[in-house]
Amino acid sequence: MLMRLISGDSPRSRLLTALLLVIFFGLLFAPFLFPGVRALETAARICVFILLAASYDLLLGYTGVVSFAHAMFFGMGAYGVGLASQHMGRGFGSLIFGSLAGAALAAAFALVIALFSLRVRAIFFAMITLAVASAMAVLVSQLSQITGGEDGFTFQIPRALGPANRMGEFGGINITGKILNYYVVFFVSLALFLSLLRIVNSPFGRVLQAIRENDFRAEAIGYRVVRYRIIATCISAAVAALAGSLFALWLRYVGPDTTLSFAIMLDILLMVVIGGMGTIWGAAIGATLMVLAQTYLQNLMGSAAEATAAIPLLSRLLDPDRWLLWLGVLFILSVYFFPAGIVGRLRTGR
Amino acid sequence: MTDLLQTSNLTVRFGGHVAVDAVSCSFRAGELTAIVGPNGAGKTTYFNLISGQIPASSGSVHLLGQDIGRLSPSERCRRGLGRAFQLTNLFPKLSVLENVRLAIQAHRLVRGALFSMASSHTALTDEAMAVLERVRLHAIAEQPVTELSHGNQRKLEVAMLIALDPKVYMFDEPTAGMSADEAPVVLDLIAELKADTDRTILLVEHKMDVIRTLADRIIVLHNGALVADGDPAEVIASDVVQEAYMGKELADV
Repeated sequence: MLMRLISGDSPRSRLLTALLLVIFFGLLFAPFLFPGVRALETAARICVFILLAASYDLLLGYTGVVSFAHAMFFGMGAYGVGLASQHMGRGFGSLIFGSLAGAALAAAFALVIALFSLRVRAIFFAMITLAVASAMAVLVSQLSQITGGEDGFTFQIPRALGPANRMGEFGGINITGKILNYYVVFFVSLALFLSLLRIVNSPFGRVLQAIRENDFRAEAIGYRVVRYRIIATCISAAVAALAGSLFALWLRYVGPDTTLSFAIMLDILLMVVIGGMGTIWGAAIGATLMVLAQTYLQNLMGSAAEATAAIPLLSRLLDPDRWLLWLGVLFILSVYFFPAGIVGRLRTGR
Repeated sequence: MTDLLQTSNLTVRFGGHVAVDAVSCSFRAGELTAIVGPNGAGKTTYFNLISGQIPASSGSVHLLGQDIGRLSPSERCRRGLGRAFQLTNLFPKLSVLENVRLAIQAHRLVRGALFSMASSHTALTDEAMAVLERVRLHAIAEQPVTELSHGNQRKLEVAMLIALDPKVYMFDEPTAGMSADEAPVVLDLIAELKADTDRTILLVEHKMDVIRTLADRIIVLHNGALVADGDPAEVIASDVVQEAYMGKELADV
């Protein structure tokens, strides 16, 4: 039963299994284990980014296609929900319509980009996606009447999911609509994550791996390589858009910096590379680590700087303002020591 | 016997160099044709033109009477043109079984291809295991290809071609680099395939003893052109072959 749920793709390493279980249960009970606004904010972010990184891995790790438009697809879902809620009024109908419209738009964009570029060469696809994503970011910031421009806009979600909806107390914690909202984000992310896991372990997923390994031979044994790449691109874009919808639902806000920016694109890339390309589990590990590092590294360094206040140079280096420097150092070290990603490293053992 | 495969005036030029020069040839069902010629004669390029890896400069390729000259390699393969490669050309990180299964899956309509587990398609797995048994690789079906010896990789290359169940088998030096005790498995298998009279087999091979025992017919390529075509014993003995392989001067002596 459990194996069917994870599509027979066991983590194949004790430590990895333990890590994944910690992440899973940590997220499942996040509102009760880590009370506090910031902790819940981080947990929701982790859910969304695990899904987003996993959908990117379908493309990068399983199909061997490099795309720079993933943040754009993510943004399409987010703006879909935002605009639908704004114009159709708050409600679950708007959320569902906005999500589906965002996903459909993302898939359609992906199809057009893929049709134009994947037929030629995979590297061409990377260039086109970069161009389209940049153009889209400019467009969104220019069309400020519709999109709110650089500032983005806030919108209202159903009352049931808002903090004002008090549903009682459990274990000393006030159960509000915010917590309900968290569980919507958690369970939809989980369901889509498991679907991705199923797709990569399906006959279709095997063909994608074959194409990544040797596209020449995949073509020679009768697979229409271009068609498979296009389908994978569309699925990946649609799931990214759904992740964006969840993120917008959680934040009750959409804006270029939280969804469309190139910084987000780089984050996704790093999550997949650090976690391990070509394994959906790697996306889960990579996304969790990245979000945690981005959220808590500054605090950690603050206390480290205090602890080493007596040592002149070291305390300056550990100053919380230098957190980006240390984040960079951590990336370089992880890519240097785990070229196959954390999951790749754990699976091969020593 | 009908013509399964036919090339007419098939030509390819790379810049000024004519690699395959107006080769016209028909291949009948139930026949094993050996293609011989010195290195650089254009044998593999001729194969590439037939299976579609390289587009022809001029001329045509017909499979079962239909012009396939403009189709993609995958389309040609689906129409019954199977090819094994001279340089081993597999999916290295996947298992032996997965490699063969992919070849079988390519020609099946798989239900629920996107949302079913690959491992739940047991019919495909059974079929793949049956193919692996024929090349004696079934015991190491779960190993990744990278861990295989060169000889076993060659066998897997052959297994993938058999798994495609094509009308036209194209073997490009299937036993190259194999040890003396490994080669017979592959050669026996080719002999078995020959017994099936619906198919035709094209075999690029250098070893004359292999050709003598297996081939029904030999064609000789030299500098891209077809210089001889006929019964193996006659062609091997003929001047053209001696000339092609040993050079004109030597043959004259």
